[in-house]
Formats: sequence, C-alpha cells, structure tokens
Amino acid sequence: MATREETPRAKSITLAVPNWRGHRAGQHVDIRLTAEDGYQAERSYSIASPPVEAPHITLTVERLDDGEVSPYLVDELRVGDKLELRGPIGGYFVWEANSGGPLLLVAGGSGIVPLMAMIRQRAAVGSNAPTRLLYSSRTFEEIIYREELEQLVTNSGSTGLEVKHTLTRAQPVGWTGYHRRIDGEMLREVAWPLEERPLSFICGPTPFVETAAASLVGLGYEPARIKTERFGPTGESGASGASGASAVPGGHDGE
Amino acid sequence: MGQGFVSRGFHGRRQQQQSTLTNRIPPGQYLERGFPVLSAGPTPHTPLAAWDFTIEGAVNQPKRWTWEEFRALPHEDITVDIHCVTKWSKLDTRWEGVSIDALLQQVAPTTEARYVIAFSDGGYTTNLPLDEMRGGQAWVVYAYEGQPLAPEHGGPARLLVPHLYFWKSAKWVRGLQLVEQDEPGFWETLGYNNHGDPWKEERYQGD
Repeated sequence: MATREETPRAKSITLAVPNWRGHRAGQHVDIRLTAEDGYQAERSYSIASPPVEAPHITLTVERLDDGEVSPYLVDELRVGDKLELRGPIGGYFVWEANSGGPLLLVAGGSGIVPLMAMIRQRAAVGSNAPTRLLYSSRTFEEIIYREELEQLVTNSGSTGLEVKHTLTRAQPVGWTGYHRRIDGEMLREVAWPLEERPLSFICGPTPFVETAAASLVGLGYEPARIKTERFGPTGESGASGASGASAVPGGHDGE
Repeated sequence: MGQGFVSRGFHGRRQQQQSTLTNRIPPGQYLERGFPVLSAGPTPHTPLAAWDFTIEGAVNQPKRWTWEEFRALPHEDITVDIHCVTKWSKLDTRWEGVSIDALLQQVAPTTEARYVIAFSDGGYTTNLPLDEMRGGQAWVVYAYEGQPLAPEHGGPARLLVPHLYFWKSAKWVRGLQLVEQDEPGFWETLGYNNHGDPWKEERYQGD
C-alpha cells in the first residue's frame, strides 16, 4: 500500500488487491472497517486508477469532517495496514475505449475521482476520443490531480484532451479560468456540438449534478447519453463523499 | 464480504449502537438523517398533464389513470424505514400514496402473473415478485413529509417498496407490467442483486 497527499483534504491510497478481477473506469469498491469489538462501518469509494494498473487500484478519498470512514482512511491508515474491500461495483457509470465519443466529463469537487480513471485509461490505451473536462473546485489548492491533468493535456497534443477549471470560492491572482458555480452558460461554452452525439459523465454533489444534467438536457443532449453519479447532501451519504465516490447505483434507483 | 478483520486504529462513531434503533438498521447500513439523491441520469420533468399510470400485461383489465384520476384514488399515509444499497438507512419516513393492493384490485391480475416490471420516465425498469407487492408491502407515492414529491426524489410519483433496497422503489414510475417470467431490470442487469432484501444483505449479484 502507498499513499499520496493530493490536497489538504484528499489522499490517494494505492492498494495491491489479491485476486483482483479487474475493473472498468468509473466503477467503485466497498470498503469495510471493523473495530476490535466487532463494530463495522461500510462505505463506497470510486476507483481513481485506470484498469491497466491492475492488480493495483488507487482510491482518492476526501476527508469529511463529520464522516466515519473517510477520516480513518485519510488520517489513520498507514502503509502495511490491510483493508477489507469488495468490488468492482457498478456497471453503468463506466467508460471504455469503445464507448465512443466525444466525451464530456463534468466534475464537482471529489467527483473528479471516477472521471480521472476514465481520463487515465483513455491516455493509457491511446484512445483518441476527443475529451473535455469541466472541473469545479472551491479553491486552487483543492483541485485534485491538478498537475497530472496539466501534464495529460500537454501529452495529448492535438488528439484532444481539454480541461477547463472553475473556482467557486477563491481564485489566485491572474486566474483566467471560470470563477463561478457551474451554470447553463458555462456548459454551453464547453459542450460539444449536438450532432457529434457526445457521451457525458457528470459526478459531484447533488445540486451540482442536477444543474449540470438539466443544463445539458436543455442544450438538447440526449438524456440517455448523460450518465450521472450524485453524492448525498449530508455526511458521507451515498457514497460519497467520501471520495467522491459515490457510488452507487445511482440509479434512478431510488435514491 | 467475509467475516472481516480488525482495522487497526478504527473505533467508529457507533451512533447506531448508542440508540435503541439497532434492530431497525440492517447489516452494513448506517443511519442517515438527510435524504441523499442518487440517479443514473438526468432528472426527468414530466408535466402532470402528460403524466399517466398504466398497469398492463398479465391482467384481465389493463388500466390507465390520468394524474387527476390517480389522485382521486383512495390513498394512505405510510411511515416506513428505507434502506439504500449505498449503505444509508433512513427511519420513519412519511409518505402518501395509493397501495398496490388497491391498484391490482382494479386490473385483476391473471392467475399466471408472478412478477412485476415497474417502468419509469427515462427508461428505468426494476423487477419485483408480485407476491412482495401485495398485502400492504408496496405503494405508488406522490407526497413525502407532507409535500408533493420533489423531482429529484422521483416526483411526481414513485414506487415505495420499503422492505427491499431502495433502488426497487423506482423513481418517476409510470406503470407496472405484470409478467409470468422474471425479467431483470436496469440495476439487476448491471451487477446488483435480483431480489434486494436488505436484511439478508442482498446487495450484489451472488449475495
């Protein structure tokens, strides 16, 4: 196991998983912690690493101050500890190289995690699916994977990875990106032309995803080609938060 | 997952064990006070004037209700605990809607009907055994905590089948198809359990 600080609140945890049967970009795992007296807590976390890195997987977990599992994973877990996990889980919010494109990825906060697995896999397999990421963070310091995204954009050359950031709370001096919450106008500027039949993945807190998905539908995007994962509004709900992870079946699933 | 091993340094919040509610929280679930929203795609917004509810398939009298007709049906207040496969449970949620028993009475299922496919705006489907929707176990609800059901929670109307994981309680439900042979629905074909009993922790395929 290895860990890496991504932001002051988010940490990546790389695990070697025995008998890992592989995953698809966008899937998640369930993690279960057990206390000495047998008390258990389970949450779901999105996988940030691309399938090509199997049998290693990396989770990126954001600490929620009122969380139960995320503070343990971010602050307590050490190299050498064992984690009980199950997965991969989720068969809908997934991207594969043959899924086609162009791809529109829209991330709010730690909602970047499953989308990063897609971006990394796209690079790893040499896919040339034109891809745009619109990524909303509160502050510059809270942008997860910022340098790696810059590098991926540079490496992608003309074959198309574009990244647009918006910072909703504070912006550094000289910031040229967006500086407001995501809205219909921003999506209109970033979105692909309808006739290219874009495939969209949106992951973030519930109000963020509602706004982004409704805006794309308003632009004429096919609802069936807009895939979403929402974090619950409170605590670690739903997969959440936690890592962004959201997990879930999202499904209409009934919540 | 298996029996598990002790996670060094983990103590947990134990909110569930401090209360007398332990026997209402299924294994692997935690108590949630908010109401998380999880959906696979955009939230549909069907105008009430265009909304209807249909029961078809293995029934002797297929039927379709408009919104006004549906709202005129005898309704019930329901207070139940709900359990989402993403691990949260919420207790004492209050709903208002029409029991499936009352709806089935009007369509007269055939003696061969065994399963129900619930279908929704947006193309979502979920499958349930017919027997588990009878006897006061399932409803179509249109109000939550005294207010019209919000679109992100499945409004104008959703299924409520609280004894199964909540993905079975299809949001934006528009009808039921009764069938003789079981047909896995949306999540049931994407790795989730076909039945979904939270007390047996039937989360995923193979549980």
